[in-house]
Amino acid sequence: MDMTVANRIEAARIAPVTQAGAPAKVVARDVNVYYGDKHALKHVNVDIPDRGVTAFIGPSGCGKSTFLRCINRMNDTIASCRVTGLITIENEDISNPALDVVQLRARVGMVFQKANPFPKSIYDNIAYGPRIHGLARTKADLDAIVAASLEKAGLWSEVKDRLMDSGTGLSGGQQQRLCIARAIAVNPDVILMDEPCSALDPIATAKVEGLIDELRSNYCIIIVTHSMQQAARVSQRTAFFHLGTLVEEGPTEKIFSMPSDQRTQDYITGRFG
Amino acid sequence: MTEITSSDVRRAGPIPTQRLSADESNRRLKSRYATESRFRAFGIASLAITGIFLFALLGNIVWKSLPAFAEHVATLDVVLDPAVIDPDGKKDSAKLAAVDYASLTRAALATAIPGVEGRAAKKQLSAVLSTGAPDEVRARVLADPSIIGSTIKVPLLLSDDADLYMKSGGVAASTVQGNGAIVASATTGEITLSSTDNAFANLTAEVVKAGAESDAGAAVLTSAMPSRLIAVNGGLVKITKVSADAASGTVLTPLTSVDPAANGGWQIVTYEAPEGRRQVNDQMATYLEKLKSTGAIEKQFNWRFFTSGDSREPELAGIRGALVGTAMTLLITLLFAMPTGILAAIYLEEFAPKNWLTNLIEVNINNLAAVPSIVFGLLGLAVFLNFFGLPRSAPLVGGLVLALLVLPTIIIASRAAIKSVPPSIREAAIGLGASHQQAVFHHVLPLAMPGIMTGAIIGMAHALGETAPLLMIGMVAFIVDVPGGVTEAASVLPVQIYLWSDLPEAAFQQRTAAAIVVLLAFLLLMNGAAIWLRNKFERRW
Repeated sequence: MDMTVANRIEAARIAPVTQAGAPAKVVARDVNVYYGDKHALKHVNVDIPDRGVTAFIGPSGCGKSTFLRCINRMNDTIASCRVTGLITIENEDISNPALDVVQLRARVGMVFQKANPFPKSIYDNIAYGPRIHGLARTKADLDAIVAASLEKAGLWSEVKDRLMDSGTGLSGGQQQRLCIARAIAVNPDVILMDEPCSALDPIATAKVEGLIDELRSNYCIIIVTHSMQQAARVSQRTAFFHLGTLVEEGPTEKIFSMPSDQRTQDYITGRFG
Repeated sequence: MTEITSSDVRRAGPIPTQRLSADESNRRLKSRYATESRFRAFGIASLAITGIFLFALLGNIVWKSLPAFAEHVATLDVVLDPAVIDPDGKKDSAKLAAVDYASLTRAALATAIPGVEGRAAKKQLSAVLSTGAPDEVRARVLADPSIIGSTIKVPLLLSDDADLYMKSGGVAASTVQGNGAIVASATTGEITLSSTDNAFANLTAEVVKAGAESDAGAAVLTSAMPSRLIAVNGGLVKITKVSADAASGTVLTPLTSVDPAANGGWQIVTYEAPEGRRQVNDQMATYLEKLKSTGAIEKQFNWRFFTSGDSREPELAGIRGALVGTAMTLLITLLFAMPTGILAAIYLEEFAPKNWLTNLIEVNINNLAAVPSIVFGLLGLAVFLNFFGLPRSAPLVGGLVLALLVLPTIIIASRAAIKSVPPSIREAAIGLGASHQQAVFHHVLPLAMPGIMTGAIIGMAHALGETAPLLMIGMVAFIVDVPGGVTEAASVLPVQIYLWSDLPEAAFQQRTAAAIVVLLAFLLLMNGAAIWLRNKFERRW
């Protein structure tokens, strides 16, 4: 199972093309994740295209969030977690020791289940990423980045008069959009979203979904969701995980209308999960 | 999982609970209410007991300390005799400082209370003033030598016994008119008052009734009995032996003449408190009453308590040396314990790998927090004094020892504060591409800072009250000078309290209480700061 680094990169070069024909942004080959002795994710192979939304669905504990956190190596922060296999982003092995994990995370933004703005001003929330990565030379540059990020996140008109207010003072939906604005402020290639709407009311959810829809023309977005309606609404491709395996992956319409696997059929019709 | 078992049969029916009767249900409810109100009563009772003890303790200390914050001075005319101060007329300040100013204050006192003769009486008179009283005169002369030769009014500090006498408001005295005619044998010294019409019959009867022993028909008064004095011809005689027709005693205030005093021309004064139970004897009491009656004695706030160092004389003793020593010691403690403690906490909590070594360190830090403080003193003695050869009694060493003492407190509080920062903040920063260290220093640490500061302040308050380890490194010495640096010998407030509490003088007992009040004030201030910080920077996320 173990391949040399060179072999793994070669393997990734062989198949970086999705079924849709577009070049794949994120490629996973035989990814396994262990928490201690527990085999949480088993032999996952998937190609995720650039520019578009890919939804990961599946019952709780199926490994979809675990896989998401492999893509920016957030699992490194968990001591008992071990990842094997190969994940590439733009043909670059992310587990390559020469690759700095911090720079990887700057390229792969993440939005969490619960909105987690820093207890600082709205401005500082957005400006933090560009600051630590040195993306702005002057204060004016930074102002422009903050304004553009908030604009893209559809939050500019709501907060432009109170940029110095605390980010934690916003409503739940606004906080989540602030986190999305914060993620895109460092200009990532990929944005990972881990159930971004699970703590939001339907109106805030609709706003965040609208935002995701707007962002998909510029970013590769991967979203984990429990809501099949949400997956159907926002995603172009859907992957169904069950008991640690990737059961089925394909265009969203196909997964929801005529899934090829019985388990997918059962899940989307509410038979289990 | 889906095999049919006998338990499946039970699934069909309702849950087999039993309904309680209304009576039983009421009984259970009542018993629950009773338990709840009993619990509340116990809680309130224990709170009340704690409150009473606290109030009694604080009230007692504050009440005892109040007299120490006041002092009495006698403002007297001091003649700055050039022959004594500056015999050669050069006004050389080194020589002016070395002059015996006590002779001037004694002279001033003799002028204010004339007619004192005999060595014992003169000794009593000079004991009215503190041995520090001449310092005030010296200070004035040194400040302006041109006043030499003139007479100035100087507030002269009373001695501790005299001061306590004034604070207690004098002795309780009662006066009755004398019946019959008496005549004195002399105006000063040991005299006899004789009477031809048994003028002292009543007095003798009273004294005998109070338990006086008789000596050849005369009752002998002792210092264990109330003092009896006879005021006659403008003088005051303390009776030592009395019979119906004669009373002999010591003149406290000289009589103006030996003329006979007619019936009702003299009084018997009784000091109810026996002389033997008073710090101030009858002789000194008459001096003080005399000064008081001329309006020379004034009460003022005892600034000296805060501005001077320790002294063997209670009226001159102050806490400045101890306060400065405490400030220096705590500064050293802060400088060493804060950075070390916080960095250790950050490293252990955020960066250290979780293995048996870090577990061992963690357990030992928790154990260190429970080590008796005197052990740290022994460590300081062995390491800082004997091995490194640092100076004894110095705030530097005291501060280092206290730093070791509070280090576990600071580490534990800081770790708790760091741990309480939600992981979502860390994840947010790391998800944005911040390194672990950036996430900790940019986000976790600022959020944990109020908790860390609170822990540090409480640790410092702990250090402020610590005595035992400082005894071991020699900070228990009698140190008069206010320390000028961290390597000079110094005392600290709790050790000062410990030292004073051992001294027998009543005035030192009051000063002990006053120093405790100052220490408690600092403790309250520090704990208040900790609470204020916690409330001000408390965040919700």
